[in-house]
Amino acid sequence: MDTRDVSGFPLTLEGDPTPMVSFRKVTKSYGSLVVLDSLDLDVAEGEMVTVIGPSGSGKTTVLRMLMTLETINGGVIYVDGEPLTHMPEGGRLVRANNRHMRQMRSKIGMCFQHFNLFPHMTALENCMEGPVHVLGLSKQDARERAEELLAMVGMAEKRDQHPSRLSGGQQQRVAIARALAMRPKVMLFDEVTSALDPEVIGEVTTVIRKLVSEHNLTMLMVTHQMGFAKDISDRVCFFYGGRIEEQGTPDELFGNPQKERTQQFLSAVKEAG
Amino acid sequence: MFDWRWDFTFEILPRLIVATGNTLLAAGLGYAIAVVLGLVLALAQRTPFRPLTMAVREAVEFVRSTPLVLQIFFVFYVGPQFGIRLSPWTAGMIAIGLHYAAYLSEVYRGGLECVPKGQWEAAKSLNLSMPRTYFRVILPQALPPSLAGMGNYLVGIFKDTPMLSVIGVAELMHTANAIGSETYRFLEPFTLVGIIFLCISLPTAAAVRFFEAWVRRKLGLS
Ligand SMILES: Nc1ncnc2c1ncn2[C@@H]1O[C@H](COP(=O)(O)OP(=O)(O)OP(=O)(O)O)[C@@H](O)[C@H]1O
Ligand SMILES: [Mg+2]
Repeated sequence: MDTRDVSGFPLTLEGDPTPMVSFRKVTKSYGSLVVLDSLDLDVAEGEMVTVIGPSGSGKTTVLRMLMTLETINGGVIYVDGEPLTHMPEGGRLVRANNRHMRQMRSKIGMCFQHFNLFPHMTALENCMEGPVHVLGLSKQDARERAEELLAMVGMAEKRDQHPSRLSGGQQQRVAIARALAMRPKVMLFDEVTSALDPEVIGEVTTVIRKLVSEHNLTMLMVTHQMGFAKDISDRVCFFYGGRIEEQGTPDELFGNPQKERTQQFLSAVKEAG
Repeated sequence: MFDWRWDFTFEILPRLIVATGNTLLAAGLGYAIAVVLGLVLALAQRTPFRPLTMAVREAVEFVRSTPLVLQIFFVFYVGPQFGIRLSPWTAGMIAIGLHYAAYLSEVYRGGLECVPKGQWEAAKSLNLSMPRTYFRVILPQALPPSLAGMGNYLVGIFKDTPMLSVIGVAELMHTANAIGSETYRFLEPFTLVGIIFLCISLPTAAAVRFFEAWVRRKLGLS
């Protein structure tokens, strides 16, 4: 079920405002399992969109496709008006090559459920690696940037520690600083608090709140914390079976869900939590 | 029953010590080749280019399933038929280096597989280049789990150097054998060779374990 024909898709997105992220009829399957079915989703610049939904509904897959960790089987993803999964060549869209993807990837940062810090580097080194070796900053500039960000996430004092000496919450905060050090336009958070002990979840959500209030970042976040999602999102998307079953403002979706599946999911979550 | 002669022992000791130098040189050179070439073979098997990965895979399997002594003979005696004339040392180093490279490539492969997928994904999301990802992120983490295996093969290559005597490399075994033929006394030279091997193998194995712990500490992994 490969729908590779992308002749109907524009080479770049025009219009004002252009969405920062745009999924257009994106399909993803593993063998015969269709994980995402013709997904359409736009995220405006500076918008915080939260993705919720049952396990296996394709939430992580959405973020991984955007980070180019997964290829797609159909449709086109645009970031900042330009195609991410494809590139224009001779007046039409063809599959993006590595060079194009590298260039587009620089607009996106991602934080993972299990942090994925480099264990053999200190917190500071983790945050300097990309800026020095990808962005070409001098060691001095990269260090200043990293220290500033580590201070922002409250990890300035631990900057010379290796991840094995840090708690989960601390590691996740370093991971956020590391991603921000690349100055992405879009930040992706995949269940960044799911692997944490309850008492340290607040450390991480506080940092994300700060990002929302102080920076004009576009954010796409998958979470199981409904309260947090309700507080900070501009929009909430409820995923079910690889499609957006329902979306709206937090008040709409949590306060007055229209679809039966949304209602069922929310009441099940409420009972569990 | 034993007719151990101390004066003879001390007479041949200097010659054996010089030969020990050759043995260590052979083991060291062979290992250096194997360490580097093994890494190349391991990385070649991870390229997306199928024909290359298949060819390397087969070559590694071939080397691993044929005897070292055959490979030594092959490089030394069959080479000249194709116009490749090599000294015993050169032929020996190529054969033993290649042989152990095949084994070490398997050790590296295991070590590389120990690195969690999330590390690759983090490197990619930071847009690190492929070489940078390998050399700064993946290989340092693949090293500690590889060290035990690398240490075993270091001792292994050292113990296999006597095979080079078949093509006339003047290492320990070759020298002991020569002494025997000259003097018709084999007890002392071969006993000494055994003792020398033991005196080097045992501390090396212990040193490898210390080194492993040290590397882990140095990398901040423990
Ligand atoms: N590499 C893969 N190979 C095969 N199937 C996969 C792969 N990755 C994900 N899937 C499947 O794709 C579907 C969606 O997975 P995804 O990880 O996006 O779900 P999710 O909504 O994030 O779930 P969770 O809440 O459990 O994290 C699942 O059915 C999953 O089993
Ligand atoms: Mg998930």
